[in-house]
Amino acid sequence: MIRVEHLTKYYGDVMALNDLSFEIDEGHVYGFLGANGAGKSTTMNIMTGCLSATDGKVSIDGYDIFEKPEKAKKLMGYLPELPPLYMNETPAEYLRFVGEAKGLKGAELKRQVEEVMEQTNIGGIKNRLISALSKGYRQRVGIAQALLGNPKVIILDEPTVGLDPIQIIEIRDLIGQLGENHTVILSSHILSEVQAICEKVLIIAQGKLVAFDTPRNLEKLMLSSNQVSFTAEASVDEASEIMERMEFAEEYQVEKREDDAVNIFVKTDSANVRDICRQIFFAFADQGNAIIEMEAKKANLEDVFIELTEGSGVEE
Amino acid sequence: MIAVWKHELSNYFHSLTAYIFSAFLLALVGLGAMLYNIQSAVANFEYVLSFVSLGFVVMIPIVTMRVVAEERKQKTDQLLYSLPLKTTHIILGKYLALLVVYLAPLLIISFYPLIFAQFGEVYLPTSFGSLFAFFMMGAALLAVGIFISSLTENTGFAAGIAISVILLNYYSVTLAEYVSSTSLGSAIAFAGIAAVLGFVVRYVTKHNRLAYGVAVALCLAVLGVYALDRSKFEGLLPDIMTKLSLFERFYKFVNGVFDLTAIIYYITVIVFFLFLSVQSLEKRRYN
Repeated sequence: MIRVEHLTKYYGDVMALNDLSFEIDEGHVYGFLGANGAGKSTTMNIMTGCLSATDGKVSIDGYDIFEKPEKAKKLMGYLPELPPLYMNETPAEYLRFVGEAKGLKGAELKRQVEEVMEQTNIGGIKNRLISALSKGYRQRVGIAQALLGNPKVIILDEPTVGLDPIQIIEIRDLIGQLGENHTVILSSHILSEVQAICEKVLIIAQGKLVAFDTPRNLEKLMLSSNQVSFTAEASVDEASEIMERMEFAEEYQVEKREDDAVNIFVKTDSANVRDICRQIFFAFADQGNAIIEMEAKKANLEDVFIELTEGSGVEE
Repeated sequence: MIAVWKHELSNYFHSLTAYIFSAFLLALVGLGAMLYNIQSAVANFEYVLSFVSLGFVVMIPIVTMRVVAEERKQKTDQLLYSLPLKTTHIILGKYLALLVVYLAPLLIISFYPLIFAQFGEVYLPTSFGSLFAFFMMGAALLAVGIFISSLTENTGFAAGIAISVILLNYYSVTLAEYVSSTSLGSAIAFAGIAAVLGFVVRYVTKHNRLAYGVAVALCLAVLGVYALDRSKFEGLLPDIMTKLSLFERFYKFVNGVFDLTAIIYYITVIVFFLFLSVQSLEKRRYN
């Protein structure tokens, strides 16, 4: 569907993208993750033909964005970081213009404008000036614009930035719906968001792709730094004695609580967390000490992200 | 292109721009007609147009300052880039919309000579010839205005530069009489222009070496020609200043000459500046 090959971009002497290559298949929601300034917007701008590349190729369905821009752009809908809206127009006028520019005419134009307004739920405000709309609605108008012409790929640059929590949930739901019929690529620096809606995640740091996998697999990458924390009914000495016998527990900490119980934190390198939990459980049970609470702390995408973007991460 | 054209037109007629422009032009022509045709009882409508032409200094920047600059400011240029539109079509759509805004009051004005003809003898070929040249000159200035607007995202700045450029063009013939016509003076002036061009290149491309290269190469060329044949520079500067004037060519029509070279000159200016505007818009992709 989308193929990005050896993309490099310099802004003057500053390198923004460094030999970035990846391929995107049809019909998924992709998350583009990176710290501020990592090159997310630059990549998206190049993919949509808004920016030239210093080197490299981008093709959409076989159409090169630099050589056949009109054909390639027809396959994409793009919402830049700041929704590109004409403030002195109403959403209806604005969408009509974008639709016409995308080559829609007459009844088809009218039908599609109606359709995207319904999809993004902006029918009620279609005749108000865009300058009078809230940020959430402006974002929706921006998304509606991207949907016109029924493009195969929808690219959204930080679609939830600056919205309130309810609006964020609404926009996420909308993106989820779009993912059913389109390939959606969205960028974000908010990890939980990507974790929640994306089927695959691309992480870029300093203009380089550092990881490209499902959120679940990315977390697996990080299982080595697992922690188990639990509470057992035991004295500090008893607990320490049991813990000493366990080989996997490289580092542990016992903390006394007020109710004759102890909190224990275990750090381990072992990959099988479940097995560790079981061993701990039986070790304590054999000694007649009850475990009343136990939690295996998995690494989340946040840890993966921090580790990868700090440069010590796994290269694909 | 038609989408952009329609969009721009609806924009002009939605906002006050088109109305202010038309009102200003009609008021100036009305004032001129009153002064020349009614009070002084002269039958030449072309004098009115000649009187009004100074108004371009203000009118053109009013309509052109936002054309591209505003898109940049609102970040809607991103939309235009991502839409399946050719840059040439974007600029042409915008330009044609401006032409419609400009033509609307001119159509009304074109009835004036006919009205005056009811009350006396008006030589209509000169009147309409001048009106046509007036239209062409305005069209050329609009193209210049679009280019200036494409250089910046600050509409005020675009207006200021456009006003000074048009004003300079308006007075270039008068100024030509005051500039040095000696070969040394011309050579120095050209070296100065080369330096200014270097700055412009640097501003537009943000490329230091290219800018210095252009400036130095042009200066050397000037120096070289001066060393070889200094008579080439004799009176060259005032000559060029006169030739560049869009207004001077229009006055020929007012004097009753239908000058085809002037029409070709106006068309050349239009094409040249629209081409530059396309390049300027296109260049934003390469920054």
